[in-house]
Amino acid sequence: MTGVSIVLAIVILATAFGLWHRSNSGRMKTVDIRTAGTTEHGDAILDAQTIGVDLGTRATLVQFSSAFCQPCRATRQILIEVSGMVDGVAYVDIDAEANLDLVRALDIRRTPTVLVLDEVGRIRRRASGLPRKVDVIAALGQLD
Amino acid sequence: MTTTTEVCTRERIDPRGPRFGGAITTVVLAVALITMGTPVGSVLLTWQVIVFALGAFVGLWAQPYGWVFRAFVAPRISAPVELEAAAPPRFAQLVGFCFVAFALAAIFLGGTLIATVAVAIALAAAFLNAAFNFCLGCEVFLLAKRLSFSG
Repeated sequence: MTGVSIVLAIVILATAFGLWHRSNSGRMKTVDIRTAGTTEHGDAILDAQTIGVDLGTRATLVQFSSAFCQPCRATRQILIEVSGMVDGVAYVDIDAEANLDLVRALDIRRTPTVLVLDEVGRIRRRASGLPRKVDVIAALGQLD
Repeated sequence: MTTTTEVCTRERIDPRGPRFGGAITTVVLAVALITMGTPVGSVLLTWQVIVFALGAFVGLWAQPYGWVFRAFVAPRISAPVELEAAAPPRFAQLVGFCFVAFALAAIFLGGTLIATVAVAIALAAAFLNAAFNFCLGCEVFLLAKRLSFSG
């Protein structure tokens, strides 16, 4: 293989990966309602004591952050904005490094990770990476 | 677009700097790969190894491509929207250094194929950084941090 064709192959493969990662990052993934609230796949029912704030009457946005996490600040801004826009939505930012048991129990693998809880504290959506504001709002709308 | 009020320091940097450096690195490594085995290729790899070493062992402020960014690019573009921690991209420089230093050693010992593979990986990482703002070395850094905490 000539050097040029190797470079071309790398660019094509890396582009494929880059596009996949970009589309996957921040995407709100639906947690099956049948397993939501169980400990399957690391999902559980979260209560006020676990996350440190009262659950929202409609939903709760839980963000896991850490040091060296560049998108965490932008994620926080988006979630604070959305929780302010929609009634009954609470927001909490949890430091992953200070809550390792919770991180392990919920299978949090990177930061930021955003969990959307329903009114009883079941995890209904998960997103890892910076979510888009419209996706967060849509997720809240789809909860019922 | 609101810009940050945070001041750039050695620990908090404009995220576009490493990305700009990644673009230059992409070109350098691509040419080095195409000219692999020739003196030109080896010179380019030696140059890139020095660049990575400065960034990894001295600091990002000593990295030549970062210097070009700060001196010529940053003054001509808008102020950064936000800053990022310097530690992950600095670690990425170390990862790049390891791969390209390994490639140079392989060339010296006659293993051009192995050297090509090593440079190809470094090129892929640099390209991902420049084109998609995905820093592979940073992800390794964060993964290592996570494992050290939860391990």
